[in-house]
Amino acid sequence: MAPKLPPQHSLQHSSTAAAGGHSHHDHAAQPKGILRWVLTTNHKEIGSLYLIFSLTMFFVGGIFALVVRAELFQPGLQLIEPEFFNQMTTMHGLIMVFAAVMPAFTGLANWMIPLQIGAPDMALPRLNNFSFWLLPVAFTLLLSTLLMPGGGPNFGWTFYAPLSTTYAPASTTFFILALHIAGISSILGAINIIATILNMRAPGMRMMDMPLFVWTWLITAFLLIAVMPVLAGVITMMLMDINFGTSFFDAAGGGDPVLFQHLFWFFGHPEVYIMILPAFGIVSAIIPTFARKPLFGYASMVYATAAIALLSFLVWAHHMFIVGLPLTAELFFMYSTMLIAVPTGVKVFNWVTTLFRGSISFEPPMLFALAFVVLFTIGGFSGLMLAIAPADFQYHDTYFVVAHFHYVLVPGAIFAIMAGVYYWLPKWTGYYPNERLAQCHFWCSIVGVNLTFFPMHFAGLAGMPRRIPDYALQFADFNMLSSIGAFFFGASQLMFVLVVVMCVRGGKKAPAKAWEGAEDLEWSVPSPAPLHTFETPPVFNRTHHHD
Amino acid sequence: MHLSWQWLLTITSAFSITQAHANSWNMPVGVTDISQDIFGLHMAIFWVCVVIGVIVFGVMFYSLFKYRHSKGEKAANFHEHTSVEILWTAIPILILVGMAVPATATLKSMYDSSEADLDVMITGQQWRWRYEYLGEDVAFTSNMSTSRAQIRGEEARDEHYLLDVDEPLVLPINRKVRFLMTSDDVIHSWWVPELAVKQDTIPGFINENWVKINEPGIYRGQCAELCGVNHGFMPVVVHAMEEEEFEAWLAERKEAAEQEAMGVDREWEMEDLMARGETVYQTICSSCHQSEGQGAPPAFPALANNNQLISDLDWHMNRVINGVSGAAMPAFRSTLNPVEIAAVVTYTRNAWGNETGDVVQPATVAERIAQ
Repeated sequence: MAPKLPPQHSLQHSSTAAAGGHSHHDHAAQPKGILRWVLTTNHKEIGSLYLIFSLTMFFVGGIFALVVRAELFQPGLQLIEPEFFNQMTTMHGLIMVFAAVMPAFTGLANWMIPLQIGAPDMALPRLNNFSFWLLPVAFTLLLSTLLMPGGGPNFGWTFYAPLSTTYAPASTTFFILALHIAGISSILGAINIIATILNMRAPGMRMMDMPLFVWTWLITAFLLIAVMPVLAGVITMMLMDINFGTSFFDAAGGGDPVLFQHLFWFFGHPEVYIMILPAFGIVSAIIPTFARKPLFGYASMVYATAAIALLSFLVWAHHMFIVGLPLTAELFFMYSTMLIAVPTGVKVFNWVTTLFRGSISFEPPMLFALAFVVLFTIGGFSGLMLAIAPADFQYHDTYFVVAHFHYVLVPGAIFAIMAGVYYWLPKWTGYYPNERLAQCHFWCSIVGVNLTFFPMHFAGLAGMPRRIPDYALQFADFNMLSSIGAFFFGASQLMFVLVVVMCVRGGKKAPAKAWEGAEDLEWSVPSPAPLHTFETPPVFNRTHHHD
Repeated sequence: MHLSWQWLLTITSAFSITQAHANSWNMPVGVTDISQDIFGLHMAIFWVCVVIGVIVFGVMFYSLFKYRHSKGEKAANFHEHTSVEILWTAIPILILVGMAVPATATLKSMYDSSEADLDVMITGQQWRWRYEYLGEDVAFTSNMSTSRAQIRGEEARDEHYLLDVDEPLVLPINRKVRFLMTSDDVIHSWWVPELAVKQDTIPGFINENWVKINEPGIYRGQCAELCGVNHGFMPVVVHAMEEEEFEAWLAERKEAAEQEAMGVDREWEMEDLMARGETVYQTICSSCHQSEGQGAPPAFPALANNNQLISDLDWHMNRVINGVSGAAMPAFRSTLNPVEIAAVVTYTRNAWGNETGDVVQPATVAERIAQ
């Protein structure tokens, strides 16, 4: 049987396509100034808007985290009141999940999916514009709740009923509306991505030729379409409970608070993978490039991603091991959760084997991708520990869990996003990011992230619950280290902004193929990529290697 | 201890040399068979992860060091190897099965709360625990006793800062105690690490868990589920004692409860009600309405100089007895006795400038509750 081959192709396309930025038909009607950005339907401009929005929100959510960490620097209440502390932890989570990580991946998808499959733009450009502009509306609304009487959401990003219904502040209705708008944005974005990938690949590019970033995003988009309506449903039920006298989550009226958790986590667990699958795609592009060797196990990467996505619908109640599920349910969800380690392990083994006998160099994107592999795997290990249901009775709702999900989200998702940004910046701006500053950003981030989150494992095992504004004295050392790490990590991210701004303004010029080992279609268009690319579809050639 | 997987503990405890000191860094071994089983599982899966990590990261860092572009390494071009791929899918599955077997056994015994010697009802309330020894007529609430001054840093923090209560849950050792757990308001989670019991308390539903403590001692924990503004100030303290000592304690509490019940029928002096009322107010009410009755509007209204409260005794009693539906004010009819309700109503009607002069007798309250 002929082995399935990873995408190995020679790149050919006409010079007219590459020079498409100056084609005749579009500049006459283009608005100038701010309106150009408001009305743009260009995937590159919309991609940039998403990325700028995400970066802004990353700092907003980061400041909230630093408020939390500042209060937790020492035992006692020093800076803020518990009520505001709860608003900060809640807003930090909501902003980071829905306004920082998810839009960053959508931004990268907008920029790179058309370039990686040889399409001239997204399939539905106006919808694309609408998807983006819903986001500033949603999150302005969400952030404005902090200024409302009674304060903003204070019930954690998981907003368990009845704390988020009967006992919630008045602003909760606005929180629900904001989440609805963000959800619509995600669904529209996902539809657009699916339509683009399925319909607009370059002639000759089969599904199994697509770069993994495209594959992982295709699967992510299906996850989004499947679960965002569940989120919409559960927040609508909250809306009804709060404003229209229903009792979905109120036992006094025949409802069930645990129903909320089932619905939330049926959305929430796939949501976790929505935030990590595109990261897998980015890392699977970067590691082969800088190891100068084809990705090991391309087909198994695709199957593993699909397996993880399917399993993500069958594991939600592992977030609920202590709510009093029946024994059989506990066992089912324990086994299904443990099973996720198998396809995830396959991915890690594939990345490591890609490095084996490669020819490896350590440019900034590679540094972040390598850190991703190590630190995401550490987050995976604590995830495996959490899967053991009896042990979860001890881990649950402690800082051990906080450490776990920050390891998979910060040096996981966010490092992958940064790796992607460093990798594709030459394509976007035509210049290489400043190598020395980017390296400095990397090493500071590595130190900061581990100093912040590693001690949280110990604090959690020693018995510190999450979401508390003050803590017993035996947790003091761990918290002080975490707080110092958090401020160091936060400050280090200013370097990232500096690198990006400098790279937009100038630097060492990058050729079309900015990295020696890069193979995918995006490297066939000039750097910076002109506004319009692939107006004539490129010819996609698969070259067969025989080892 | 389940013999079939005794090996787990043997291996893992060999590695945990400083178990006595492990408390501040690691999960406590605990004082029940279940907690020790869980500790064994925890260390086993931890070492499984360590071994996998050493192998995977070992290969990775070897490759990063050995196959550097700067050393002029030429890249190989292989990208598939079916048997290796099958192997690294199959081996993790075997490891997982090896973990699932003991985990299943432990989970089964955790879920077997049958044949208990004693039933204790645990009710979460914003922000305290209520314990009721079922069939024994003994019930009390347990509030954090750490002072506000310590939290604000105006006083030195003592050893059990935030982990001390006015009345701990008292349990006998060597007896199977079943917990029936529920909540009056939002979801809380009752957790004591050394007993390895963590269970959500859910309003309108009853969860079960159980414990059989092997050693006497004082074991501390906290509410583990975000339950509102004072979530961080809701400690759990369990005082485990020898069985005879426990029986004596229980008998004493029963007698005190009978005394209290008799207090309902007698006429109380205002002074006594005020003194009792202040204690009740400061332990139960002040977490929301604040120590001087100033409240924290809009969620928690002020009681001092509250015109409606001052002018309408009936309304005031009704609020305390029946609570306010849809708001944070709970109904105290079942959690405070008539003496306590009469005392706290009398107190709030005569403290902080609320000089109504009203004296509410426990008998009146008992009548209202009966209606």
